Amino acid sequence: MVLKQQADDDLEMMEKNGIIVTTLEKIWNWGRAHSFWPLSYGCNCCPIEMMAAGASRFDIARYGYEVFRASPRQADLLVVAGPITVKMAPAVQRIYEQMPSPKWVLAMGNCATSGGPFRDGYSVLPGADSLFKVDVFVPGCPPRPEALFHGLLELKQKVMGKK
Amino acid sequence: MLQTDQYIINIGPQHPSTHGGLHVEALMDGENVVDAIVHLGYVHRSIEKIAESRTYPQFVPYASRLDYLASHLPTLGYCQAVEKMMGIEVPERAEYLRVIMAEFSRISSHLIFIGSMAIDLGATTGLIYCLRDRERIMDMFEMTSGQRMIASYMRIGGIAEDVPETFYAAARSFLDDLPQMIDEYNGLITGNEILQCRIKGVGTLSAEDAIAYGVTGPNLRACGIDYDIRKAEPYGIYDRFEFDVPLGTKGDSWNRYIVRLEEIKESARIIEQALDALPQGDIRTKVPRVLKPESGWEIYHRIESSKGELGYYIVADGGNKPYRLHVRAPSFINLMVLPIISRGGKLQDIIANIATLDPVLGESDR
Repeated sequence: MVLKQQADDDLEMMEKNGIIVTTLEKIWNWGRAHSFWPLSYGCNCCPIEMMAAGASRFDIARYGYEVFRASPRQADLLVVAGPITVKMAPAVQRIYEQMPSPKWVLAMGNCATSGGPFRDGYSVLPGADSLFKVDVFVPGCPPRPEALFHGLLELKQKVMGKK
Repeated sequence: MLQTDQYIINIGPQHPSTHGGLHVEALMDGENVVDAIVHLGYVHRSIEKIAESRTYPQFVPYASRLDYLASHLPTLGYCQAVEKMMGIEVPERAEYLRVIMAEFSRISSHLIFIGSMAIDLGATTGLIYCLRDRERIMDMFEMTSGQRMIASYMRIGGIAEDVPETFYAAARSFLDDLPQMIDEYNGLITGNEILQCRIKGVGTLSAEDAIAYGVTGPNLRACGIDYDIRKAEPYGIYDRFEFDVPLGTKGDSWNRYIVRLEEIKESARIIEQALDALPQGDIRTKVPRVLKPESGWEIYHRIESSKGELGYYIVADGGNKPYRLHVRAPSFINLMVLPIISRGGKLQDIIANIATLDPVLGESDR
């Protein structure tokens, strides 16, 4: 107890003198959380809202997430925008596996969350989480760009270990 | 003679310029395209099957998810098809508001076309400017229906809500600013020499081929054929408006782009006339809670969507749900000419061809 108190006091003193003690992992995560590189993937209405989020009014660049990559090898965030159909599922699975770790998945819209309005159909999977782990779900049909930003900021908190 | 092996390049299904879920298998000889095979079905959401388990009014939101770039047009077509089958009259005010919304949808769809074509060919600026102006249309949709993009605003027998007072000012100011916007696009995109080199004389579609394949909409008019369902077989109140049908001459990608750019102006003309003539009155007729067309009734109704002839074929079986609902999706049929216009071109031309055919995959795969 006393030792911990001592250590905390030391850290505080060092911080006052401009020395930050941290782990490398924390610094990396800080960087990752502030500049996701999303993969430009999507197959329905939601990508149009994602495009709108990237355009001038909503301007995703304010958060540092504007570097949309065309290749999964360069991306670390998969925004599953739109329904995953039976025919598309192997392709999405492969895209996910091609992305280098660490990687995160954001399910955008009702279709990617649960199958949405097409859940009753014979060709749509009931959500992206039936293929891989999803970090953040953003409901909406389609979600507004603001909702997408909220989801990204939640993911940021998660990556930085605050949630 | 140098002998080269043919090889296959797969474009899509995950590719930024395939408009979501299109897969083109290009058979290449060096940089020349020998053949391009279109694989569809990556966005097949079984909408036609789902329609059989939904009542007639319940299908309206699904219809708007067919063509999400111009969401008012497919719902308009569906509602008019059911109204035609049931013999429902729509009030005057609703008809006018439907036209206004449908034409705004057409403008927003064409703005996305211009923007996505520009970004597919490497000009990000084009997208930014077009989406900037599209946001103003989205604002209008939001203030009338509460949804930005997929506004299920049309109802069987009329429309969902009357427009608020603020709508008129927003619509007028958009129309006032439109010529300036078009000037900006002309300066940034149309006049761009690189873009002209990329799409002029590329992907030429002959008028015979276009008719043989059943191509409709701006893609057909780019070949010089004067066929617009709003003129040829006016639905709703389209016979009351004065507008021209822009035509191309050669049917290449450049013509397809110019025709759409001109169509934006014509749509604006229609909206202006509709706003001037907008009468007061009801926005919806009294429609029975449960719609039950008699068994054996069937209807085919078609409208001029932003992509071409969008038709609904509905067969009733006496219940409150359709027995069969088929959508004649213009994007699906327009995409079928992609192989013939891509053959003999370069790999980069396939991207330009996909972009200027303007398919929306939600509609083509359904």
